Parts: sequence; structure tokens; C-alpha cells
Amino acid sequence: MTRINVRVDGVTYDDDVEPRTLLVHYLREQLGKVGTVVGCDTSNCGACTVHLDGAAVKSCTVLAVQADDGEVTTIEGLAQDGSLHPMQKAFHEMHGLQCGFCTPGMIMASVDLLRENPDPSETEVREGIEGNLCRCTGYQNIVRAVQQAAGEMRGGARAPSGDGHVSPAEVDTAAAPHVAGAQS
Amino acid sequence: MIPAPFAYARPTTVDEALQAVAEGGDDVKILAGGQSLIPVMRLRLAAPETVVDLSRVAELRGVRDDGDAIVIGAMTTHADVLRDPLVQQYAPLIAEATETVADRQVRARGTFGGALAHADPAGDLPAVALALDAEFVLAGLDGRRTVPAGEFFVDYLTTALGEGELLVEIRVPKLAGEWGMRYEKFNRVAQAWSIVAVAAVVRRENGHIAEARIGLTNMGTTPLRAGAVEAALAGAEASPEAVAAAARSAAEGTSPSSDLNAQADYREHLAQVLTRRAVAAAAGL
Ligand SMILES: Cc1cc2nc3c(=O)[nH]c(=O)nc-3n(C[C@H](O)[C@H](O)[C@H](O)COP(=O)(O)OP(=O)(O)OC[C@H]3O[C@@H](n4cnc5c(N)ncnc54)[C@H](O)[C@@H]3O)c2cc1C
Ligand code: FES
Ligand code: FES
Repeated sequence: MTRINVRVDGVTYDDDVEPRTLLVHYLREQLGKVGTVVGCDTSNCGACTVHLDGAAVKSCTVLAVQADDGEVTTIEGLAQDGSLHPMQKAFHEMHGLQCGFCTPGMIMASVDLLRENPDPSETEVREGIEGNLCRCTGYQNIVRAVQQAAGEMRGGARAPSGDGHVSPAEVDTAAAPHVAGAQS
Repeated sequence: MIPAPFAYARPTTVDEALQAVAEGGDDVKILAGGQSLIPVMRLRLAAPETVVDLSRVAELRGVRDDGDAIVIGAMTTHADVLRDPLVQQYAPLIAEATETVADRQVRARGTFGGALAHADPAGDLPAVALALDAEFVLAGLDGRRTVPAGEFFVDYLTTALGEGELLVEIRVPKLAGEWGMRYEKFNRVAQAWSIVAVAAVVRRENGHIAEARIGLTNMGTTPLRAGAVEAALAGAEASPEAVAAAARSAAEGTSPSSDLNAQADYREHLAQVLTRRAVAAAAGL
């Protein structure tokens, strides 16, 4: 066992972990942060993405001991004072999810992308989240959600935000025909 | 899956790291960014007795100017390489290839040295190091030695690194004169490894190609130089026709594998097409 001291979603933890414990298992099983999920065994899917010391990482491909003295933000730490992060809100409004399994990782990767590039083009969004796989949506509405959030985060809430802004009416509902009210 | 149990060491200097490796038992693994090693350990394809984690060895991180070369610390992450002004100025080929490696999460942790030490034939950086005539500085308990790129890659996943040795830094010579560079990578989907890729470094002089260095990714068990193309281009006219003619020998002397991504003859075809594109772009055509 190795002792680690780590800050997760604003709370400091002092814990004993086995060196082989993956960060994602520490988060889920020791801290109960089950918002972060595991989708693969090969470091490909990105479902487990969290921020470690300010950068998005795949928490299934980091040892918990490597987060010692570090700061982790998970999907559970993104909302501030009970209101959703603009990226969470945009995924909701733009219908950027169906089953939702990829969503925590998608959101964490997208927030990291905007930190580096606050106004990404559609291609830049697609490349920026290439480490995250979605088996449901076909990505269209995810890309729209990221651009919507970018517009909102650049211009403040609801400001007209040029090419970043996509109104919900333009959302491609063909990708989600089973959703009640999708055609309205 | 989770890795098998192991003893964990986290040194803070190269000397401590070498000591930890020496004392770690029969099966010691060095952990750099972990983006290749941790997946392999999770699948239990590796179950080392001891893991020596280099992530706190500060002296292995960063890029510095050393007169006629830039020196890249082995633990410099792909993300830091991409942002580095010295890399941008003197070896933009490295940045161009690094940008195609994996995805932003993997690039945030994976390292330049780890990718070279891992020596995956489909890895993007070995062929780039080969085309740039980089030199590898290895440290052991008995001191340091320097190995040219041409001798570093020995076989499939095998390098000149001896038992207990660490790759500490990579020296990339600054090029004098009018050089152009290009990395052309062919893969099918986002985040995927190269099916084939070509790194071209070309010096132009008076409308001619004075010198060309071409590294091939995934055309054998190690990265290769396309020697026949280099010879055909030396002194050739800098024209699309001359480049196309030379590129036709890109697969000479290679031995690409056949796997679920491509058959060997398709890889040979790709090597020719990508060499033509990479050289033409590097020559400013
Ligand atoms: C989803 C995914 C996609 C990827 N796609 C690509 C791609 O398209 N192109 C590409 O080039 N790579 C790709 N990679 C690999 C990535 O570039 C890794 O970062 C790299 O191969 C290994 O670097 P690392 O720092 O993570 O090394 P680690 O995984 O920590 O180590 C790799 C090996 O090198 C040894 N080693 C590491 N550092 C040293 C050292 N200083 N001295 C001696 N030995 C050392 C280790 O013992 C280990 O055997 C991908 C990885 C993933 C997970
Ligand atoms: S669980 Fe798939 S990348 Fe981490
Ligand atoms: S919404 Fe189901 S995997 Fe993305």
C-alpha cells in the first residue's frame, strides 16, 4: 500500500492505495465518484476522461499513485453552486447524448479542448474529441453542443455568438427519432 | 482489467532511477507516460515485478538549446513538445508528427522518450527521429553513451537500450540551409496508428534537391530510411516529375507486414504515394 494525498472535486483525500490501482477505480470504488465510467480495456474510448492537474487524461491509463499531490476534477465536480457547467447545459439542450455512457468523458474532453481553443471550428471540435468514442449519436449533436457551449462561454450567457451559436431548432433530430417531441 | 501487483518506485533524479532499476529484481519496467505500458499491464501482457515511475524526475522534462542541436528530455510529453518554440523553429517535423499521435488525452501524458523507447513499428516518432538524424543519449550506472538513430532501433519493439539503461534525452541537430519537412500519415479513423507514414526532410539549392532524408513508418519491424529514393533525389531537379520518379523506389528494401489493416503489397503502394506527397511538400512543390 502507498499513501496518497489528492484533491478531487475540491475535497482533499488521504488514502492508502495499491500501486496497481488505476485512477478510475480509485475514483469509483474508494471515493464513490461513479460519474466517471469505464468503457474499454484498451485506452481507446475516453469514457473515463477526467482532468488531472488541469489537463484531460484517460483515468484508466493513469495509476492512482501518480495522482499523488495532484488535483483531479471529475464530471461530478463540474457544476458550480448547483448550476450546470455551460458544457453540461449545452449537451442537454443540443441533445448531445442518447444512452449517455460516453457523456462524462465527452464533456470533460470538450472542456479541456475549449481551455486551449475557445472558438473551435467544426473540424477542430471533431479532432479535439477524437479520443472519445460514442456508439449512439453519430457525433453530430455532440459537435453542436461543444460549439454552443463555446459560444456561451466566450460571449457570456445568451449573447449572440456568431458561428458558435446553434439554436436548438436546428438540432438534427433525425439522429434521435425516438425522442418525444423531437420534431417540434 | 487491472494490472498484476508490483512494487512501485518513484525516484526524483536520474541517479535514483538507475539505482531503483538496478535493485528492482529480474523484471523491472520503466514507466514514462504509461500510455503504452499501462494498457499492456492491464491486459496482463506484462506483469513486471517492479515499476520505476519517471514522472517525478524533473531533469528529464523540457527542451533546451544546445548550440548546434536542440535537446529534448525523454519525459517531455507529446503536448509539451507540440507547444515548444524550439521544436517549432528547428524541428517542425516533430511537431507535425506528434500532432497525429493518438488523441489529446494520450498526448497529455505520453512522452517523446517513451514513444521512442517503446519502438512500435507503427509509432510515428521513430521514423521522424531517423529522418532528422537524431542521437539518443542513454544513461547506465557506468555513465552515459550516445547512439545514432540508425543504430537505436534494433528490431520489433527492441532498441539499443541495454539492461538497466535509461533513455535520458534526444539530440536533434539544427539544420543549416534551406530545409523543408513534411510528415504524411495514412490511417483510416481518428486516433489510429499509422498504416504507413513517411517523414521527409529536404534541402533545396538553386532549383535542385541537394539532399533528401526519408523515414518510413510501419514498413518493417523497425523504422527505415528509404535509401534508394534518397540516392535518386540527390542532385535531382526539384520538379514534380523527378520527385514522382524517385518515389517509385520507396518500398525497395522494406519488408512490411500483412495484418488486419493492410496487406504488404498495399503498404508498398502507400509508401510510394506518401513518399511522393511528403517529398513534394517538403521541397515546396
Ligand atoms: C489510444 C492510443 C492511441 C495511440 N496512437 C498512437 C499513434 O497514432 N502514434 C504513435 O506514435 N503512438 C500512439 N500511441 C502511443 C503513445 O504515443 C504513447 O505515448 C507511446 O507509445 C509511449 O509513450 P509513454 O510515455 O506513454 O511510455 P510508456 O507507456 O510509459 O512506456 C513505453 C515503453 O517504453 C519504455 N520506456 C519509456 N520511457 C523510457 C526511458 N526513458 N528509458 C527507457 N525505457 C523507457 C517503458 O519501459 C515501456 O516499455 C497511442 C496510445 C494509445 C493509448
Ligand atoms: S475506459 Fe476506455 S479509455 Fe479509459
Ligand atoms: S450517447 Fe451512447 S455512447 Fe454516446
